[in-house]
Amino acid sequence: MKWATLYLLFALRLSAQVPYERILQSAAQPENWLTYSGAYHSQRYSTLDQITRANINHLKVAWMYQIKALHKVETSPLVFDGVMYISEPPSDVTALDLRTGRPIWTYRRPIPQVPVCCGQVNRGVAALDDQLFIGTLDSHLVALDMKTGRVRWDVEVADYKTANSITLAPLAIKDKVIIGIAGAEYGIRGFLDAYDAKTGKRAWRFWTVPGPGESGNETWSGDSWQHGGAPTWLTGSYDPEANLLYWGTGNPGPNYRGNLRKGDNLYSDCLLALDADTGKLKWHFQFTPHDVNDIDANEIPVLVDIQFRGKPRKLVLFGNRNGFYYILDRLTGEFLLAKQFATQTWAKSIDEHGRPIPNPATAPSPEGATVYPDDDGATNWFSPSYNPQTGLFYQNCREKGATYFLTEAPYIPGRQFLGASRRSLAGVEPWGALRALDALTGEKRWEFPLPTPPWSGILSTAGGLVFSGDMEGNFFALDAADGKLLWRLQTGGAVWAAPITYVSEGKQFVAIAAGSAIVALALD
Amino acid sequence: MRITLPIAAMLFGVCVASAQAPATPEDLAAGERLYSTQCSYCHGPRGEGGRGATLTRPRLSHAPDAQSLFEVIEHGIPGTEMPGHWFTPREIWQVVAFVESLGRVAPQKIAGDPTRGATLYAGKGGCSHCHTVNGHGGAVGADLTDIGARRSPSYLRESLIEPEAAVPDGFLQLELLTRDGRRIKGVRLNEDTFSIQIRDLAGNFHSFFRRELVEINKQPGKSPMPSYQNTFTASELDDLVFYLDSLRGNR
Repeated sequence: MKWATLYLLFALRLSAQVPYERILQSAAQPENWLTYSGAYHSQRYSTLDQITRANINHLKVAWMYQIKALHKVETSPLVFDGVMYISEPPSDVTALDLRTGRPIWTYRRPIPQVPVCCGQVNRGVAALDDQLFIGTLDSHLVALDMKTGRVRWDVEVADYKTANSITLAPLAIKDKVIIGIAGAEYGIRGFLDAYDAKTGKRAWRFWTVPGPGESGNETWSGDSWQHGGAPTWLTGSYDPEANLLYWGTGNPGPNYRGNLRKGDNLYSDCLLALDADTGKLKWHFQFTPHDVNDIDANEIPVLVDIQFRGKPRKLVLFGNRNGFYYILDRLTGEFLLAKQFATQTWAKSIDEHGRPIPNPATAPSPEGATVYPDDDGATNWFSPSYNPQTGLFYQNCREKGATYFLTEAPYIPGRQFLGASRRSLAGVEPWGALRALDALTGEKRWEFPLPTPPWSGILSTAGGLVFSGDMEGNFFALDAADGKLLWRLQTGGAVWAAPITYVSEGKQFVAIAAGSAIVALALD
Repeated sequence: MRITLPIAAMLFGVCVASAQAPATPEDLAAGERLYSTQCSYCHGPRGEGGRGATLTRPRLSHAPDAQSLFEVIEHGIPGTEMPGHWFTPREIWQVVAFVESLGRVAPQKIAGDPTRGATLYAGKGGCSHCHTVNGHGGAVGADLTDIGARRSPSYLRESLIEPEAAVPDGFLQLELLTRDGRRIKGVRLNEDTFSIQIRDLAGNFHSFFRRELVEINKQPGKSPMPSYQNTFTASELDDLVFYLDSLRGNR
């Protein structure tokens, strides 16, 4: 009997497979972490409750794995069948033994000189069936054999020489791999792609900047759509029932010179709802029409089914870089709520349709215009967490402004396409906070202050815990109900990533990338 | 070899940029416009220096030639307060041309006796209590070993008379009140979510967890340095400024 069980475990491990059906059942198997945000709804919440408020003082480092690269580590690992899969910067993949943290295999990819705004980073891999998928800095999508790390196929998504780059974790759905693109600081034309997981053949492409004759092209003056940006550099979410993909888009290009691209500039700074089979647009909601402050909507769309204003609703919650927290109906795109969660001066208000009334004094000018937030945003790509137990939406927030001076913005392939230069504010210390918002109203319930504006994601668990990190290397746990500090660890490296949780050999673990290390923690 | 269109365009862009035709008056005017909004804040309206380096010299220590000046303007100088800039190559070359024209401005004339200045620094001024020259002295204030290469005489004079006119980054003054009732004034070395490390005005290091503190009073723009306006005579100030201007580094 014992041998039979062992054999079964062994066989299961060898045939490590992640069929689509298994990803659909993420909620029923919290011992795994199967997608970038843990499940298609992207709540980054786990029902695991071994680690609790009462015992968290026993949380200790079980192992650490050091990545041999000097770039920022933004990876959110996947975990299943006894293995952790991480990306390493710039575009490598390593499989780690879950018991020991020792590497099983590594896929290494030499990367040419690629113009990137914000570091040679990668946020993780996707899994489907017996393959892993990584988007590379030089804009390829690569499928690896899950057991060996050997390349199954490698396709070009876009031309890196014109500054197209890929930093996000792909999302695997049904038989397809969804991948987005970065490079709006360099005048790319954005898109979202789907590839056949077996062959690497492109299934569809949705241009986030419509071409001539397409609906939305009229929101760009002249030929400005050609370098219109609207990148898709952060992993979206998926509603299997509606078969809709939810994906945020970034700034229009050039970032700061709005007079070169008059109009609303669709579909920049939008949340898109696309048919997952065809890539056809079901609806869009533009948070920041005609953005001149680089306030991308590349944040995590969090899907929630909940009673809202007396009715059961299918919602998407969205903490936006522009400083507002939004609630939309995710089947229709109907605007339901916007509530400010951090200092912002770019908008005077948001009207009843969700359209902002911009403050013209904050548009970059030759003399310099000061605006909150700065171009790093009131929040950014780092993951929030929605906790159904507390009904709170946890969001890391940045309190930082800057002054922007208009400059020229000619399009030169591979060069920055910005139109302003930035100066930090003298005599003002920026800061940040982990804020807990009432998910249904956006009202702040509590905050945990941070001395430096953060870049860390958040995990919350059924153990009543919220995990996050700071720029000075602390990884910490707060009480999910009131934000009280319960536990902390000085890791020695800034946290630029989001935590995950899983079970290994019957014990709950929490893992985080800090500095160049992956740190796995469990109760001693 | 076949060159793809984007690469050709990039090469073209770089060639145009580095095959430096003499700057036209229009280029110089454009460079001055950019300089006045982006650079003068730290380097002074005519490159006389301030919070940033003095630019009115034929050879800049971080940018001995035009190409390296281009790099410094584009990418900044890591570990200093000089940031990178989001200019186009053309704009950078225009700023380079303007900055190079500043090098032909005659350096500020200063009067005084540097030997007497050194004596005042060590004696009456008590400067070495907080400042370091060639590895000797305190660490509450900035290292002055090469201050003459980094700051203009007028900036140095202003710093002596009104230290709070421009407090450099990395010297945030703060006052702490501990749970056991001690008040400690000093300069912040480091701060994170749970702890803070400071150097007090006597140069002693202190480390506190936040729970050990009742109050953290940050005083941005404040400086522990007193004004020397009434300590020194006008000619003594000249001597001290001359001495500081003579400090050009030890390597």
